[in-house]
Amino acid sequence: MTSTAQPPIEALTFDLQGETFALEAGLVREVLDLLPETDVPGAPPFVSSVINFRGRVIPLVDLRLAFDMVAAAPTVHSRIVVIEHELDGEPTLIGLRADKVHEVTAIDPAVTEDAPRVGMQWRADFIRRLARRDGDLIVIPDLEQIFAARGKSGAVVTPLFGPSS
Amino acid sequence: MTAQDPVETFRQEAQELLEQIEQGLLDLVHRPSERDLIDAVFRGLHTLKGSGAMFGFDALAAFTHHCETAFDRVRKGEVPASPDLVTVVLAALDHMRALAEGRPASDAEGQALLDRLQQVVATAAPAQSVAAEAPPPATDGGLNHWHIRFSLPADALVNGTRPLPLLDELRELGECRVVAITDAVPPLKDLVSSQCHLAWDVTLITPHGRDAIEDVFLFVIDDMTLDIEAITPSAPATADAAPEVAPVRDVTPVAATASSDDGTAAQAGEGRAAKAGGDTVRVPAERLDEMMDRVGELVIAQSRLKQLAASSSDIALRAVAEEIERLASEMRDTMMVVRMVPIAQLFGRFRRLIHDLARDTGKAIALSTEGEGTELDKTVIERLADPLIHLIRNAADHGLETPEQRRAAGKPEAGQIVLAARQSGAEVVITITDDGRGVDRARVRAKAEENGLIQPGQALSDSELLQLIFAPGFSTAATITNLSGRGVGMDVVKRTIEGLRGAIELTSTPGEGSVVSLRIPLTLAIIDGLLVRVGAGRFVIPLSSVEECVELSPEQDRRSTGRSLITLRDQLVPFIRLRQLFASGQPADPHQKVVVVQAGQERVGLVVDQILGDHQTVIKALSGFHAEVGAFSGATILGDGGVALILDIGSLVASGQRQDTPLRAVG
Repeated sequence: MTSTAQPPIEALTFDLQGETFALEAGLVREVLDLLPETDVPGAPPFVSSVINFRGRVIPLVDLRLAFDMVAAAPTVHSRIVVIEHELDGEPTLIGLRADKVHEVTAIDPAVTEDAPRVGMQWRADFIRRLARRDGDLIVIPDLEQIFAARGKSGAVVTPLFGPSS
Repeated sequence: MTAQDPVETFRQEAQELLEQIEQGLLDLVHRPSERDLIDAVFRGLHTLKGSGAMFGFDALAAFTHHCETAFDRVRKGEVPASPDLVTVVLAALDHMRALAEGRPASDAEGQALLDRLQQVVATAAPAQSVAAEAPPPATDGGLNHWHIRFSLPADALVNGTRPLPLLDELRELGECRVVAITDAVPPLKDLVSSQCHLAWDVTLITPHGRDAIEDVFLFVIDDMTLDIEAITPSAPATADAAPEVAPVRDVTPVAATASSDDGTAAQAGEGRAAKAGGDTVRVPAERLDEMMDRVGELVIAQSRLKQLAASSSDIALRAVAEEIERLASEMRDTMMVVRMVPIAQLFGRFRRLIHDLARDTGKAIALSTEGEGTELDKTVIERLADPLIHLIRNAADHGLETPEQRRAAGKPEAGQIVLAARQSGAEVVITITDDGRGVDRARVRAKAEENGLIQPGQALSDSELLQLIFAPGFSTAATITNLSGRGVGMDVVKRTIEGLRGAIELTSTPGEGSVVSLRIPLTLAIIDGLLVRVGAGRFVIPLSSVEECVELSPEQDRRSTGRSLITLRDQLVPFIRLRQLFASGQPADPHQKVVVVQAGQERVGLVVDQILGDHQTVIKALSGFHAEVGAFSGATILGDGGVALILDIGSLVASGQRQDTPLRAVG
């Protein structure tokens, strides 16, 4: 992926508890204000409810729970980002909670890198790339992995000195 | 709407062709000398080869070519369409299917198939070759004189038929004089250059018979006008002495005019002709689904409008709302009909299955079908395929006896399996009947005791005993033969049927056979439901499973903390508190209601806070995330835009049996 003239990635950025995340703009269908939610009893907290999105019933995913953050009460800035993504082989519309949605930006692939194996609190396979911007980090999540694991974070911290320590 | 990918188009076409060829082959087993069938199979193979090559499916084209060659020899009467040949070509079809779908298909396997094909053709050939030689000398070694007159349909050129190669082929048969008939050519101003206005008069002197001439026109014969007349006295003999395979049709001198009016041909994969002529439109299935979604949304919007109108005093608004309500419901009904497809589509697939089963089990099996015209929702039909395959396998594998056993029992050697469908109200009843040995009660009981499903010696009614077959964990060892494939038990079949909101029932008479009946609702898309409230959430209970609603009196409520039972007309009915199950966390309403539902054989009460009323429920599927929860079969959108979940009564009751523990998060 190091390559010479890779075109920049058009991405929608949004915040979750102070971290900035980015999604390829092509995935995004719509950004919505909060809608009435219907809880699904028995569903995991990661995807605890459904919403009515233009006559369709779509699941509402809280990515925070995949990244070991706690669910938070909505604010005036809270939005729902509706994306279309494969789920178990079926293209599915999925709503993602966001604390705040920013502009669409171009991310130069040259400033992105793989998630480091060490020093991460998050499950490394939940992160596709990390991008540097103005001394800050943007997380490009690997939705495939996150959805397949149903958002179970199970924080994998790579120990520095083996299991014995 | 995007244009369709040509490769995808080819795959669809190939799928249809393969099905047609398959049906033709299976018909050939019973009528091995029927000319129409042989031609239909040959044409199918030829078209498949041609379009395969056109779309770059070279391996498929090359492979199909060999089968086509074999069938060309059948057509020429050199090789009989023996059961062996049919079996090999059927196996080859599976290979072609894999190639067409782009699945990995092993070359070695393909080669093995071709070798077998070669072998079958080679061993069969000498037997018939003498007979095949017979027809040409029918005219005492002399030459036949034929007068041929043919014309093509006006749009033949547009469809890619070219008259010149046809004429060239005729010339190859013998001495030939061709005169074009220009009578039908219109005046210049009316002339359409892309239409074919010519007809041809051909005098042909050839050692060949009528069949050879008809073969020239094989691919266009359905739509064209063709007269072949013998103009020497010796000619009639040819027709009589034509090889055995010929006599079914075309002995009349005025040969085939437009398409297949005779029923047998139409049945034998002659769909192409019908397709060209009929005024039907092919629509990709997902567009229908989209439309159904739109109609669903319309119904929802309409119910909002109705609410608004009801609370308004504007008479004009009310009138419009009523009008829209009527239109929406008509639209919904029309849409349902559009989605209906005849079950023949599904039944057709099982002929192949029976053929293979007969071969693998060494039993003679006759399949007959009834009510193929019965229509069901497209999605339902697709989801019925697997359970039916399983039930048919069961019938063939366990139900039917071996030919020896049948003879000993005084039954005809060939076992009968009857697949029947009929509509009964808003349901379709599908039955699978076999005339085999019937269910061995003693074995079922022994098995169930062994698996701990019942206590040894437990008293059971006959129907309860038979019902055990569908219990999870009951599977006779023999079920997991290679025939039953994935080793799914009858419990999976039952669950699938219940997933379609249907029911399954088994009856059986020892020594005479068994009947499995499936009752399936006509459509999955919209159901009548009862809308209830539990805590803050609203839920839909399918009305078809609701028996009655009663109030849960405070003392019953209090008394039942230890045991969740109410007495209903002298019967004890267990109940489930949905509030507890859904862990809704709010205090219960003072006047809770019990909705009594029928789940399989059981009656169970569901305790809810409030009954909100009837609801026309447009079913929306839940995503993969929530399908795992199990308690809900879908969701629907209410008049106020909110979402209500639809309860899956079967699995709800099953989870309730594990006592009122709240549904636990899967994660």
